[in-house]
Amino acid sequence: MTDIDTTIKTLPVLTAKDFASDQEPKWCPGCGDHSVLQQLKQVLPELGVAPENIVFVSGIGCSSRLPYYLATYGVHGIHGRALPMATGLKIARPDLSVWVGTGDGDALSIGGNHFIHTLRRNPDLNVVLFNNEIYGLTKGQYSPTSKIGLRTVTSPSGVIDHPFNTAALTIGSGGSFFARAFDRDGKFLRTLLKRAAEHRGTSLVEIYQNCPIFNNAAFEAFATLDDRANNTINVEQDKPLVFGKNKNRGIMLDGFTPVVVDLDKDEFSTSDLWIHNEADINKASILARFADDDALPRPFGVFYAQERITYEDALALQIKDAQKNGSGTLEQLLKGENSYEIK
Amino acid sequence: MTDTKKTTRQVNVTSKTSVSVLFAGDSGDGMQLTGTQFANTVAVHGTELNTFPNFPSEIRAPAGTIAGVSGFQLQFSSKPVYTPGAKFDVMVAMNSAALKANLKDLHRGGIIIAGTEGFDEKNLKLAGYPEGANPLHDGSLDNYIVFPVPVLQLTREALKESGLSSKEIDRCKNMFVLGLLYWLYTLPLEGTMETLRAKFQKNVWMAEANIKAMKAGYFFGDETELFANLGRFDISPQKQHGTYRRVTGNEACAIALTAASKKAGLELFLGSYPITPATEILQTLAKKKKYGVKTFQAEDEIAGIVSSIGAAYGGALAATNTSGPGLALKTEALGLAVILEIPLVVINVQRGGPSTGLPTKPEQSDLFMALYGRHGEAPLPVIAARSPVDCFYTTYEAARIAVEHMTPVICLSDGYLALSSEPWKVESPDNLSDIKPRFQPAREAGDPPYLPYKRDDRQVRSWAIPGTRGLEHRIGGLEKQNETGNVSHDPENHALMTKLRAEKIERIADSIPLQAIDNGPAKGDLLVLGWGSSYGAIKTAVEQAIEQGLSVAHAHLRYIHPFPKNLAEILGNYKQILIPELNNGQLIHIIRDKFLIAPEGFTKVQGVPFNEMEILTKITDLLKELK
Repeated sequence: MTDIDTTIKTLPVLTAKDFASDQEPKWCPGCGDHSVLQQLKQVLPELGVAPENIVFVSGIGCSSRLPYYLATYGVHGIHGRALPMATGLKIARPDLSVWVGTGDGDALSIGGNHFIHTLRRNPDLNVVLFNNEIYGLTKGQYSPTSKIGLRTVTSPSGVIDHPFNTAALTIGSGGSFFARAFDRDGKFLRTLLKRAAEHRGTSLVEIYQNCPIFNNAAFEAFATLDDRANNTINVEQDKPLVFGKNKNRGIMLDGFTPVVVDLDKDEFSTSDLWIHNEADINKASILARFADDDALPRPFGVFYAQERITYEDALALQIKDAQKNGSGTLEQLLKGENSYEIK
Repeated sequence: MTDTKKTTRQVNVTSKTSVSVLFAGDSGDGMQLTGTQFANTVAVHGTELNTFPNFPSEIRAPAGTIAGVSGFQLQFSSKPVYTPGAKFDVMVAMNSAALKANLKDLHRGGIIIAGTEGFDEKNLKLAGYPEGANPLHDGSLDNYIVFPVPVLQLTREALKESGLSSKEIDRCKNMFVLGLLYWLYTLPLEGTMETLRAKFQKNVWMAEANIKAMKAGYFFGDETELFANLGRFDISPQKQHGTYRRVTGNEACAIALTAASKKAGLELFLGSYPITPATEILQTLAKKKKYGVKTFQAEDEIAGIVSSIGAAYGGALAATNTSGPGLALKTEALGLAVILEIPLVVINVQRGGPSTGLPTKPEQSDLFMALYGRHGEAPLPVIAARSPVDCFYTTYEAARIAVEHMTPVICLSDGYLALSSEPWKVESPDNLSDIKPRFQPAREAGDPPYLPYKRDDRQVRSWAIPGTRGLEHRIGGLEKQNETGNVSHDPENHALMTKLRAEKIERIADSIPLQAIDNGPAKGDLLVLGWGSSYGAIKTAVEQAIEQGLSVAHAHLRYIHPFPKNLAEILGNYKQILIPELNNGQLIHIIRDKFLIAPEGFTKVQGVPFNEMEILTKITDLLKELK
């Protein structure tokens, strides 16, 4: 038996159970957060990263309780500030796998400034954004992703704020990875979480997550399997954009305008359709805007993934360059460059 | 070297102990550069030195106006100096606004070197002089020694064959003045020549033109009749042998953080957002990559501190630097650092407030915010630097306390210390105290469970950084159960944790030095108790009061929370306590509150530092009342 065989043999095989902390999740029954936690626990053992090298960072809100339920390192910070905390951690410790659990209020309202700046800097973080289009922990106020007209305790006559489009905001901020998932499609969510983990750079996974208490109707258009088949589309690299229960509808680009076509009619075949390309930022931008048009299916999957240098790698290169003739000693530091002798 | 004593004509050289000089002109006149060059030359010459730049917050306020005046003051001396001088002996006024803005601070009988082109009709009007009035001719300066020098004309003459454009030539006029001052104080030109040649490596002709202008100023002093009666001056160098460097307070803070990281064996991370007058700390550290320093210019003040908290959680020596408005924004995050119990250094370079206030002017008005500016019961240590060089030692101490006691520490500086400079005898690494992080070691299977909030006898928890096997744990801003760190809303537990967090900070008093008396008797009539940048003014005033035979002592606090253990005893040794502060009275509240005594306050909120004369007057008045 070789040494390598021994090593492999002695490495513990981790399972979802190994990633469950001793704390009982305190989310409401039926909350989509349970599903996200479940999928994460299944994905984490597949990443080949030891639990002690994984950190979950969060802000404030229902979603931000996530770290307490995972048997990794975890730090639950203050409202809106998970991203800068994770950025500082990642810069100081590029060896760690750093994840962020955040929500639509935490990331896009109070933390909106950090959201855009983190994306443009591109530290290697995996950001799981639970979007339930409502403030849950403070009991049902509208959020920056709530739909126009939504009646809540703070919008009794209906929301009049135009909502953020998370995908468009991510791409517009210079994000290098955007994917959208749905809490009820666990299998697909797992694929996307894994993709996010593999992407070097800030990976933004928006999860449509149902709040059964304060915003149960938010995603009802995609609630049943039939609805999902007819009203959503899962985009896949190099595949045409096809959807519908009978896979008989497709998306074609007419100039820059996406159009739904019927494949059962002779006029169009799949070869006429939009072929998904994760590296194409212009197409990703159009895809991001599907959510603003009710005539189009809601896309899920990896919209955009294009690696570029991460912030911590760029900084490490600068430091390496500054130290090419050796790193500075304490003596040199104290003496400085403009010291002088008094004789 | 220039033979600085030799002249073409017979001019007396008088020895002086100390001189305070102000270079003042329009913000475009290059006065900061001129002052800095003069200071470097004096420092290398070996005299004691203290400098203070004074400039408007606008980059280019309207030229010629009072608002646009930029000044650089310095005092150099054969004996130790602690301030740039309460009043100056010599004022260089490049224009009439500079004269008008600063005349009140010139000693009676002081010297004015006036650039006459700055006193033309247009400039006089911009400075707000009444029509037809010109201070150089109307007798209003009869109590001073005035030297009108056509600086611009003489610079143009000297450089007429330089090939530079007239704009470029005019920009050299500050070097002419610098040369003249070097002549007046028998100082060598070589240091500045070297600097100019290094600075204009790619524009050799520019370096040579500046040098020519400086020499022209030097020889003008030599050749003109103007200074024949006054003569020249010599301030003999008295510094001890050794290697020195000149540092500003902000530079000293940056060096200290880097030194502390090296000494502790940690990586330094600074999360920061630019803010006057604290920005040079970020700028200086951004250039310290050779030492492995990581700086992060965040999108705002909050991200600045929160990124540092993230880095500290990861095991770095983490710091953030700011000024009042930024500290206000950081307060919620400071509360998080308090409850997480992780090390963090916060350097607050105070400026005049509230709100945007006086961005470029010093004040000591953030003491309450440093001590109390957080929601909930969130005590943390607060320490304050007293001089530019002391910014090094105080910041280093802040890092030591933060790491060894697992707490955020606020280190107070101010706009005066930040930009002032003084010579610093290069410190030996061996003289710096050790900084020992207490990392929690990895846990093996079968070991008892890791308890994140288990404390040692100083009530300090250990530092369990990600990557350490077996210590996976979850912490956060929610109140936690004692020892386990699990979320807890239990009433008794919250009371206990509040008490433990406070006790941990109080126990720091065991690891800090006792309060010393800086100068004066151990018992007596009056103790002047100061903190922060008023050190120099108090020190000088108390020295003078002691010379007058008064029973006065001076103690200066570095540790404001917790106080040194012997402070009560010291306060009891004097009939009266005087507390001068650049605020509306903050330390005095705390002293009253803690020790139930009634000290006398002396406050100043003008955005300018104390000068020694005001404090001396206060001391003598107070002692008269006591008698």
